[in-house]
Amino acid sequence: MAAVLPFKPAATRETTAIALNDVSIEFRARGRPPFKAVAPTSLTIADNAFVSIVGPTGSGKSTLLNVIAGLLKVASGSIQIFGRRLDGINRDAGYLFQQDAVMPWKTALDNVALSLEVAGVHREDAQGEARAWLGKVGLGRFLDRFPHELSGGQKKRVGLAQVLIRHPKILLMDEPFGPLDAQTRQIMGNLLLDLWAADRKAVVFVTHDLEEAIALSDRVLILSAGPEAHVIGDHRIDLARPRDAADIRIDARFHEIHRTIWGQLKAEVAKTYGADG
Amino acid sequence: MTRIKLLALQIAVGLGLIALWHVGSTVPIFGRTLLPPFFFSTPADVALRVVQMIAAGKIWPHIGTTLTETALSFAIGAIGGIAFGFGFARYPTMAAVFEPYIKMANSLPRVVLAPIFMLWLGLGIWSKVALGVSLVFFIVFFNVYRGIQEVSPVILANARLMGMNERQLFRHVYWPSALSWMFSSLHTSVGFALVGAVVGEYLGASAGLGYLIHEAEGVFDTTGVFAGMVVLAIFVLAVDVAVTAAERRMLRWQPGREEARA
Ligand SMILES: Nc1ncnc2c1ncn2[C@@H]1O[C@H](COP(=O)(O)OP(=O)(O)OP(=O)(O)O)[C@@H](O)[C@H]1O
Ligand SMILES: [Mg+2]
Repeated sequence: MAAVLPFKPAATRETTAIALNDVSIEFRARGRPPFKAVAPTSLTIADNAFVSIVGPTGSGKSTLLNVIAGLLKVASGSIQIFGRRLDGINRDAGYLFQQDAVMPWKTALDNVALSLEVAGVHREDAQGEARAWLGKVGLGRFLDRFPHELSGGQKKRVGLAQVLIRHPKILLMDEPFGPLDAQTRQIMGNLLLDLWAADRKAVVFVTHDLEEAIALSDRVLILSAGPEAHVIGDHRIDLARPRDAADIRIDARFHEIHRTIWGQLKAEVAKTYGADG
Repeated sequence: MTRIKLLALQIAVGLGLIALWHVGSTVPIFGRTLLPPFFFSTPADVALRVVQMIAAGKIWPHIGTTLTETALSFAIGAIGGIAFGFGFARYPTMAAVFEPYIKMANSLPRVVLAPIFMLWLGLGIWSKVALGVSLVFFIVFFNVYRGIQEVSPVILANARLMGMNERQLFRHVYWPSALSWMFSSLHTSVGFALVGAVVGEYLGASAGLGYLIHEAEGVFDTTGVFAGMVVLAIFVLAVDVAVTAAERRMLRWQPGREEARA
């Protein structure tokens, strides 16, 4: 593994969870010119960083996560996960998808327990832990519900428990709190921050909600409108930790940061519509 | 609508039809009955015959034969369909090569196969089972194949990221999806298994409900034909109840199953 990275100093090799080197992404379909979704992009994410990606709809946020998860092949460039070249599925990643990904034929409890059973954990133990995790995400009373008997937000939380129970070293989340109300969003945000504080893993968090991105993250990346999307802003969020996802929003520094990033994001979102219209 | 009310209405429709049949076949209008008993028999005669057949006990072996043939047709056809469905979904090249032949075989009216099966397998139950299998196999096959292909890519990606190997993917993702498609066509495939058995018996056999009806027809015993049909209909209803129960158990996770219970 060390041999793969002779050109990197040892210090960064230790702490870089995700490294994209000139990664570009294309979608090819027969009878159509290739669609260049993401222009060559380089990016490193430290293994204890909470990074958010915001950008207009259709800019390529989910596509980027898919590439980091190893579900999508890059058109050029390479990806390194903990210094190792990624080829195929990323075994270090837990991925909470933008769409529903829980199995409709299993109850909430079985869905979450399955995550551990697959790794060889005994069924009873897996169910015990799944019960605890569903409690943590506020679904203790919905253990034996099938997905179609749950609301959109409840399904999302089942997915969240399913991912977190495995303690992945890299956490990819695509609008995890999209269908939740503002209050629950903040509760879930704080839950996420607590968990993250306990074993600081790399988190890549996609959201449309800039305030949420700032409240939770160490770093906010702004993606330009597609096609050929690229990172146009990389903002450090120097708010003190531990934070409270709700209270931090009245902090003066929070507003300052928000104003800076919002100006940039607004212009980009406007472009998406300008280009179409 | 409550259960009782629904049942009452259902029974009322049945009684109404029987009453029409009864009036048509027994009450002369302008000197002639609309439904001559020679061609249509009468409800009372048919009911009497059914009771006699059941009381004499000679109906049971026939029901047993038809039930055995239906069950074997379904079991063999389903196992074959599942095996080929998974095989084709796994090996797309094989699927592409065999596709025209599968389509061809499926478009063949199965009745033309019945004499050949009888030639090969004799007049016993196996020629009927073969006919039933030739019908059931394709329905199960197409549904299992679809079920595997229609697995949501997101669920599949999620399962892969969870770290599932091929065997686990089969067990937790492909199998439940294929099974749900197969079960959603359960009424059709069991119905076809029954059609295979009865048509086979009708064309040449020494036992079974199809044979009973055919035999009665041979001597212009209309009452016997109708009695056979009534027994067959009751038999189909009983099988249908069993299928519905199995379906409800297996597909509990699907939306809309609760309403179906009402
Ligand atoms: N399978 C695909 N084939 C072709 N084009 C695709 C495919 N998937 C995504 N795209 C295109 O790539 C671009 C980026 O899509 P992506 O899903 O990453 O957007 P996003 O930033 O996640 O948007 P949203 O915020 O709405 O979820 C879009 O223009 C989309 O049309
Ligand atoms: Mg997206």
